[in-house]
Amino acid sequence: MLERIEEIHDEGLGAIDAAGSTEQLEELRVRLLGRKAELPNLLRGVGELPPQERGQVGKRANEVRKALEARLTAAVERLDASELDAKLITDRVDVTLPGDPLQPVGRLHLITQTWRELEDVFVGLGFTVVEGNEVETVHYNFDALNHDPTHPARGRTDTFYVAQDTVLRTHTSPMQVRAMEAAPPPLYVVIPGRVYRRDSDATHTPQFHQVEGLAVDEDITLADLKGTLLEFSRQIFGDERDVRLRGHFFPFTEPSVEVDVSCFNCNDGWMKDGSRCPLCRGEGWIEILGAGEVDPNVYSYVNDDRYDPEKVQGFAWGMGIERIAFLKHGVADLRLFYENDLRFLEQFG
Amino acid sequence: MKVPYSWLREYSAPDLTLSELEHVLTLSGTKVESIQHHGIGAPEGFVVGKVLTCEQHPDADRLRVTTVDVGEGEEPQQIVCGAPNVAAGQTVAVVRPGAIMPDGTKLKKAKLRGVASLGMILSEDELGLAGERAGGIMVLDDDLVAGTPLVDVLPVFDEVIEFEITPNRPDCLGVYGIAREVHAATGAALAPAPWADDSAAGSGSEIPGVTINVEAPELNPRFTARAFENVTIGPSPIWLKARLLAAGMRPISNVVDITNYTMLLTGHPLHAFDLDEVAGATLTIRRAHDGEQVDTLDGQTRTLDADMVVIEDAEGPTSIAGVMGGARSEVSETTTRVLMEVATWVGDNIQRTSNKLALRSEASGRNEKGLAPEQALEAQAVATGLMLELTGATVLGGTIDAGPFAADPWPEVTLRLREARVEGILGLAIPRAEQAATLTALGFGVADAPDGLDVTVPGFRRNDVTREADLVEEVGRFDLDKLPATLPKRRGTAGRMPLDARLRRRAVDALIGRGAYEIVGWSFTEPGVADKLRLPEGDPRRSFVALQNPMSEDHSVLRTTVLGSLLDATRFNVARGNADLRLIEQGAVYVAREGEQLPHEHRALGAVLHGRSSAPSWGDERAPRPLDFFAAKGLLAATLDALRVDWSVRAEAQPFLHPGRSATVLAGDEVVGWVGEVHPLVARAWELEGALAAFELDLDRVVAHAVAVPYFRDLTSFPPVRQDLAVIVAEDVAADDVLRAVRGAGGKLLDGVRVFDVYRGAQVGEGRKSLALALTFQAPDRTLSDEDVAPVRDKVVAALAKHVGGELRG
Repeated sequence: MLERIEEIHDEGLGAIDAAGSTEQLEELRVRLLGRKAELPNLLRGVGELPPQERGQVGKRANEVRKALEARLTAAVERLDASELDAKLITDRVDVTLPGDPLQPVGRLHLITQTWRELEDVFVGLGFTVVEGNEVETVHYNFDALNHDPTHPARGRTDTFYVAQDTVLRTHTSPMQVRAMEAAPPPLYVVIPGRVYRRDSDATHTPQFHQVEGLAVDEDITLADLKGTLLEFSRQIFGDERDVRLRGHFFPFTEPSVEVDVSCFNCNDGWMKDGSRCPLCRGEGWIEILGAGEVDPNVYSYVNDDRYDPEKVQGFAWGMGIERIAFLKHGVADLRLFYENDLRFLEQFG
Repeated sequence: MKVPYSWLREYSAPDLTLSELEHVLTLSGTKVESIQHHGIGAPEGFVVGKVLTCEQHPDADRLRVTTVDVGEGEEPQQIVCGAPNVAAGQTVAVVRPGAIMPDGTKLKKAKLRGVASLGMILSEDELGLAGERAGGIMVLDDDLVAGTPLVDVLPVFDEVIEFEITPNRPDCLGVYGIAREVHAATGAALAPAPWADDSAAGSGSEIPGVTINVEAPELNPRFTARAFENVTIGPSPIWLKARLLAAGMRPISNVVDITNYTMLLTGHPLHAFDLDEVAGATLTIRRAHDGEQVDTLDGQTRTLDADMVVIEDAEGPTSIAGVMGGARSEVSETTTRVLMEVATWVGDNIQRTSNKLALRSEASGRNEKGLAPEQALEAQAVATGLMLELTGATVLGGTIDAGPFAADPWPEVTLRLREARVEGILGLAIPRAEQAATLTALGFGVADAPDGLDVTVPGFRRNDVTREADLVEEVGRFDLDKLPATLPKRRGTAGRMPLDARLRRRAVDALIGRGAYEIVGWSFTEPGVADKLRLPEGDPRRSFVALQNPMSEDHSVLRTTVLGSLLDATRFNVARGNADLRLIEQGAVYVAREGEQLPHEHRALGAVLHGRSSAPSWGDERAPRPLDFFAAKGLLAATLDALRVDWSVRAEAQPFLHPGRSATVLAGDEVVGWVGEVHPLVARAWELEGALAAFELDLDRVVAHAVAVPYFRDLTSFPPVRQDLAVIVAEDVAADDVLRAVRGAGGKLLDGVRVFDVYRGAQVGEGRKSLALALTFQAPDRTLSDEDVAPVRDKVVAALAKHVGGELRG
């Protein structure tokens, strides 16, 4: 009896291993383990064997049944997988055809892209974003920013007037005094927005955009301005950048500086081919903004005694969004920003 | 301000290369704009020569053939010369083959009408020493030795530095002022001021026969005059002409050149009168009469007003004070007596006059910045020395010094500079001794004080330095490269992007994600856009903010809607062959308000769709749909749903939209915008054809309706029951009315309903349509059975019949 069981075992495993399709395996399952098959019958007949054989035969027959079942299952899985493989291969598509339906890709305008980039950098540096009105009083646009009554910027050749005392803001700076009137110190704000000047050529458009920065606290120094703008420059133009401050003059900052970033297009003013860098004109530095410590006179225009120049001090800057975008992306002519040619728009954002 | 480098070095000559000097000056606020070479290209090949022989050219009447001694150890060179004045025995300037000419070209050996020429004999203009073409060659002093390099004897090789001078520093509109900056920035010695020696001045405070009346003392703090006789008018010497030319001024005659040279050196303008042409030898400084006319030196007639100042003689006005002189008493070739005027004016007033007359001059550019009265006599001193040296003049009388400053000089101001304040503002400690040294170098007076320095401000910095903060800048600006880079310490504040700004980004991004291109249009537009948009009288979008001084009529008002700029961009792109447009714009729009100084401004978000919804694709057999009302509404839904705004539309026409295909957009009950197809007449006004749909939202209002913080709703695990229903209604019943009827009857079990198909045809009958509705039923506490749903469905059907006359289809 045991010999027969071993024969069934060896033959069965051999047949399973030799089977080439899932149909053959199904036949084998019926032949080896089906109701009429020899092994199950044998198992059912174990009770009729002499008691001393029962345990041994029953145990072995059961082991063989399990071994055959396991081998069958494994074989089915193996053959299923290869049949599936064969089927999938015939379902092949041309993967180089375009996606369908077409998913149109939109683009933010380069100005908005840069605007957001700058906002995000300065939020990370601890500034809160605020915005303001574009039609502005002469008071906030000039007077409160310490501009002399005859300052040339007030002239009608430079500034758009809506009324005697109302202008299109010429910078985002009027929001300095407005922001201070809206909240006590310490104050850390950036103000992105649209501004207007009567100027139109390849490097000037009558409307453009700025980001103003203002930090007022007990002890904000010019060195803090440098550190803040160094971090900004590295985030926008690359980690190797350096900044330098140059003395300058603005009515509403004292000391006043212009800030340059080291040129990212060349090596100290020179290109690899030995020519002068067209971006920085060989200077190795590019002017990016005007800044300084807030002039004490500006605080006197703030309708809030907590802005006392003996108790608070701070810095402010104003940078052009188009200028940053133009430098970073090499746009040749600022007027392209407002033509909105799709061929321009699709290059950014 | 253009400064020849050699001139600057006469007053301060640091031991630095020019590029090192450029760096320190630029950092400290005297920015070098450019450095340009002036004169010959290189010193080599330009020498003194002696004309040995001079013969007529055999084949050319106008040419001579010369031999020229060009120095020891060299053969005399044969040079052909076309100048009429060349002659044997002259000492001349010669350029030899191989030399680089001022225009950058290299001189070659030449043959002129068959005769070889080994170089050229030069004229003044060929060396950059004259502004106009000279009539002949330049003849030099005979004591010069042949072969001497020309650069050793003539100012023909120089660098010219162009500085950007900020408006607060008129003292740097003179060479000596810049030399003072060089001195402070580099520590190089500063030569005594060129006006330090005024010993040539005549004594006394009067000039015989000359009268000066200052009748507008409030606008003329100081008026000084000196006189000269025995003046010989002629050309200036070469060195002076060379400096003027290098500095960008044209030499005219010795007396005029002296006024310009003195101005360039001292920063203060001067005016020379022909004393014999000053009627009555009297000058009166007074306000002009309204409408008074003056002929200025540039040959024009100017009409003045009472806030302008004129200088008049016995016959009337001769000059517009501080701006431009008059033709009548101008110095001419026959002048022998000169009255030299140096006067101080009120800067603001000069600026106003100059702007109002649109008349700018070197003088007005300096006077308008507010010069110090002290500078007037400095300029007189320099001019006096030059008049005696260069015109053969003798001094006539003394110095007239009129005006309120002369009577009562302005006091000097002393400011306290606290040592701690310097570090407190800059973030960099500068030792007190260093502060004192810098201020002294800049011309300030310095005395020790308990907590810092007491600093006395010189007159030429009086307008600029009035407070401690200004002094902090003065001591700090030379050390800006030493500033550490630190970050603010920040106390109890953190950076924030406000919620509304974040929601606005989300609204825009939703559209970008659906293939929209963002444009940035002009805030400016033309008033005619109101008619192009068919806006009726009284429409608030006609309440333009108008510019008083627009750059063009097309840009003379501010926009009240972004539709115009979107249509402009659409037309622009269509004209360039960019088809199938999906453009959006975010930006302010402005509506003027009666009785308010500032207009109402809000941020708009608009879109214009034009052409096809997508490019044809290989997987889709149908042609792409045109971008119609529903395409616009779909895009609108994308942005509103992104913000979870509870919104709806109401059929309603805008003047610029298709009357049957436009709607008002509501958030809750508030009107927040419109959507629709653009009216064909409006499309035509923009020369656009084909599908054209648009929407515009008041983004500020929309954002206020956004659900920024959605509240959690439990996820039921019991499956929904879905049922479809087709209902036939009359054509004029709106889908929204049908949905409202369904929702009203659906009760708690109805979870949602939407329209998924619209059918018209013979089966439903003329004037009717069939709407296919998808209904979802769900309960939070159990699985619904058909028996649960059936009565609700019956109620829905009844409600449809009752409220919208609907009957079930099939």
